[in-house]
Amino acid sequence: MIFKNIFGVAAIGAALMLGACNNGSEKTAAGGGGADTNTVKIGVLHSLSGTMAISEVSLKDAVQMAVDEINASGGVLGKQIEPVIVDPASNWDLFAEKSKELLIDKKVSAVFGCWTSVSRKSVLPVFEQNNGLLFYPVQYEGEESSKNIVYSGAVPNQQLIPAADYLMSPEGGGYKRFYLLGTDYVFPRTANKILKAYLLSKGIPAENIIEEYTPFHHQDYQTIVSKIKKFAVGGKSCVLSTINGDSNIPFYKEFANQGLTAVTCPIMAFSVAEDELRAMDTEFLVGHLAAWNYYQSIDLPENKKFVAAFKAYCVKKNLPGGDKRVTDDPICWAYTDVYLWANAAKKAGSFDVAKVREALLGLSFDSPAGEVKMDPKINHLAKYAMIGEIKPDGQFNVIWKSKGLIDPQPFFSLTDSVKVK
Amino acid sequence: MIQNLFSGISLGSILILISLGLSIIYGLAGIINMAHGEFLMIGAYTTYCVESLFTNTLHVHNGNLFFLVSLPVSFVIAGIAGLLLERLVIRRLYAKPLESLLATWGISLILIQLARTIFGDLTSVKMPPMLSGGWQVASDLVLPYSRLFIIGLTTVTVGLLYACLFKTRLGVQIRAVTQNRQMSACLGINTRRVDAMTFFIGSGLAGLAGCAMTLIGNVVPDMGQTYIVDSFLVVVSGGVGKLVGTIFAGLGIGLISKVLEAFFEAVYGKVLILLLMMIFLQFKPRGLFPDKGRIAED
Amino acid sequence: MRVNPRVATNILFLLLFAVALPVGNLLGFVSINTVSVWGRYFCFAIAAMGIDLIWGYTGIMSMCQAFFFCLGGYAMGMHLLLKTTALQGKLLPDFMTWNSFTALPAFWKPFQHFLPALLLSLLVPAVVAGIIGYFIFRSRIKGVYMAIITQAFALGMYLLFLRNETRLGGTNGLTDFRTLLGFDLSASSTKLGLYWVSLGLLCLLYLGCSKLVQSKFGKVLQAIRDSEFRVGYTAYRVLNYKLAIFIIAALLCGLAGMLYTPQTGIITPGRMDVTASVEMLMWVALGGRGKLRGAIIGALLVNCLYSLTTSLFPQGWLFILGFLYVLTVLYFDKGFLGLFEKLGKKMRLS
Repeated sequence: MIFKNIFGVAAIGAALMLGACNNGSEKTAAGGGGADTNTVKIGVLHSLSGTMAISEVSLKDAVQMAVDEINASGGVLGKQIEPVIVDPASNWDLFAEKSKELLIDKKVSAVFGCWTSVSRKSVLPVFEQNNGLLFYPVQYEGEESSKNIVYSGAVPNQQLIPAADYLMSPEGGGYKRFYLLGTDYVFPRTANKILKAYLLSKGIPAENIIEEYTPFHHQDYQTIVSKIKKFAVGGKSCVLSTINGDSNIPFYKEFANQGLTAVTCPIMAFSVAEDELRAMDTEFLVGHLAAWNYYQSIDLPENKKFVAAFKAYCVKKNLPGGDKRVTDDPICWAYTDVYLWANAAKKAGSFDVAKVREALLGLSFDSPAGEVKMDPKINHLAKYAMIGEIKPDGQFNVIWKSKGLIDPQPFFSLTDSVKVK
Repeated sequence: MIQNLFSGISLGSILILISLGLSIIYGLAGIINMAHGEFLMIGAYTTYCVESLFTNTLHVHNGNLFFLVSLPVSFVIAGIAGLLLERLVIRRLYAKPLESLLATWGISLILIQLARTIFGDLTSVKMPPMLSGGWQVASDLVLPYSRLFIIGLTTVTVGLLYACLFKTRLGVQIRAVTQNRQMSACLGINTRRVDAMTFFIGSGLAGLAGCAMTLIGNVVPDMGQTYIVDSFLVVVSGGVGKLVGTIFAGLGIGLISKVLEAFFEAVYGKVLILLLMMIFLQFKPRGLFPDKGRIAED
Repeated sequence: MRVNPRVATNILFLLLFAVALPVGNLLGFVSINTVSVWGRYFCFAIAAMGIDLIWGYTGIMSMCQAFFFCLGGYAMGMHLLLKTTALQGKLLPDFMTWNSFTALPAFWKPFQHFLPALLLSLLVPAVVAGIIGYFIFRSRIKGVYMAIITQAFALGMYLLFLRNETRLGGTNGLTDFRTLLGFDLSASSTKLGLYWVSLGLLCLLYLGCSKLVQSKFGKVLQAIRDSEFRVGYTAYRVLNYKLAIFIIAALLCGLAGMLYTPQTGIITPGRMDVTASVEMLMWVALGGRGKLRGAIIGALLVNCLYSLTTSLFPQGWLFILGFLYVLTVLYFDKGFLGLFEKLGKKMRLS
């Protein structure tokens, strides 16, 4: 009788649905990190759809490539790495839900993921409450240093401050007027706060610094560019841009259309890398600058190997773009993160989060960007800062590099100047 | 001052170009097409394809040629896409504006993901050399050629549209069906055909706008979403289905946005414009040029 | 034995969620994470009921319900954040310190205690809805115009909430919640408790709303939906009824948001943008509008599907969702509930 009744069918359907939703939770309480004796599970938490997909899909690919490489050379501690890939779809609530799924249900040993600060903030409590380890490869605004996150992206003193120093120096052009333009969210806000304080402390008068913000997806930069034009009349002016995502293209186009050039008023961008340049008509951009800790054009054997491997990987897996794909700063760190974790686990002889974290401190590694070293006390990476100039083919010419590794200072204070080894 | 005026007119012209198609379709069919932004995107991607065709396959390196060719091509391709949409989906949703809103939203999701899958997320379109740079009017006033072109394009398009609607047979039929569908059918007008043609024209206009947008914006799968809310406001405040209304509303919103942006920050400017729209609609709930008479109700 | 289908579904629902799921959790088959996820879905279902009341029963399409949801969510979020701050012995929440605020803004002060936070999370959406609704309904704006105005309103509010000056955390929103009323939010027992509260409220509110739509008030609402013009000619003041139901829907959404925040752990402006509002409407459309059970089923089904597909088909889920929307609107304009009923009739006849 129960089958004849439509509601019986619905009942069975609902039960199935419920079971399916119960995404593979462990039947027994005793799980451990990696139920299978031959594999160790890691989580990949990058948006594969939605607004952030443009940026984050490449990071997933980089992690996958690193995993394949490590597995091919024997795995970690005799186990093959098994990546568990989920799609939080650029939805911050879903980031929290998926991270719980990865840590609690799937019991992964480490997670590689996130891009925006919101996504990181949304998963931070989950990682802290469940003693997980998140490897975060993107530049961010600092003001945070959790035991449960390994920050391999740049903090302001490794990216913003060296750039400001370079521009003010005679070698960089001796600029005296700065237009701080950013998209309206936490990274540009904090970045500009730090930059402004730093510039003032170096003697730049307050009227030579202007700060302005545009909303996300802002397309019409006519008014702002004309303001910049007026500002640049005094000469020795430049733009420090933390404009994010798809607003960059209209901004650069309008900039060129109104007659401003990289010679009269260069734009130093902190959120434009090789991947973004793929979508832009580079003839407007030649001569403008960017500040990162890695460029695809770095002339190191480690990097050449990495770039070639990445392009080959994209071709082999039939990913969109094929061998026209590029590598950039976050891609480099996403890749390096997997190796950092693997090496730390090998050094600690275990996948236990506390032991891995202990082994990470002070660890050094030959990344595609050159040598990098984990700070001995906090979970941040010390690295070189580099200034790049945009070339017509969408790559960067590395025109300046810091003399030594820059120690990370997530909690920026003016009294500490940039420490160089 | 003049810069702000120019910026306002430029923004206004863009809004008009985008909203024309939306206005016609809604006026005629009572359909809110939330996928209108995606037809814009189709036009932009068509431009990209034409450009790759010219550079890669045909090896024609004249930067100007591909753009001139892609203008009509975008119109046609987007129009055809609109026709397909009309046949498959919209047919069943006439005069059900709320349902059409949701269905077309679903369509827009599909189209966005389709674009993402086919083209990936990053594509760039080269600027035709004749349109780069600007007209140096005064020492600190440069009017970019690309924006002047768009203003010109909008004017020509509006002119052609007027000619079509008021001077051709099809135009008369469109206006008749817009005013009173049942009466027009009684008089022997093939309303189905008129619907299809209107959808073709409306979507084609969006495609044209998309082609123009490659000059000043970027080509990403969700580029349509950026302008959709603004164009709805233009349509609603201008009075639905009225070309005059769309033009005035577009220019008005463009100018006011730019003025507000000059005095306040860009973000607050946007919020204020939205607030002003809401207040405006309090006093003129049917827009600047509303339909009059009994037909207008229900 | 002919079972009354309504009663059968109700019993089924309760069996599944009030018995099977918690028991499964107790026995270890179902992880606490899954339970928590369903708790969140119930919050969505409550909000969906509110939307069904104004859209399915009264014919008002509002695209700012996600905003009311967030108002409730933010109210609770502020309270939870202040509790964490007190726990850590700090004076101000972290994000305020980084933004160089020196003192707690005045409008944050009432949220230090639970009861005011609870009241405000219900009151604020109701008041805002009242004001907006009054002006919109007074000008007889309806249909598409209403949809577009509310859309513009939602967009404007979204942009405002993204600003740091608004002192609500900007793009990062509010996060880092530790305790609620003294219970540790990360403990399984608290999560289970919140699940029960969500389920309980869902059932209670369902009963309440059912009574509402069957009453005379409900009949007037449906009359307004069917022909507002004619109702205007009777003695019923359309404005009052529309305003009342709009406020009730906002209350429901605010309540849902309030319950949602402790179960998710974060509240951001991303929850109130235009896409979020349209999604909420889609839940109701998919489930079957004009029937409260439809709204609940729609919300639960779509969100479950969303979670499943983002884990199983990351590249394809937008296609699936898009097709689902289109098919529903075209062919199942009574939603899944309509589909079930059709199938049910077919099976009974065969």
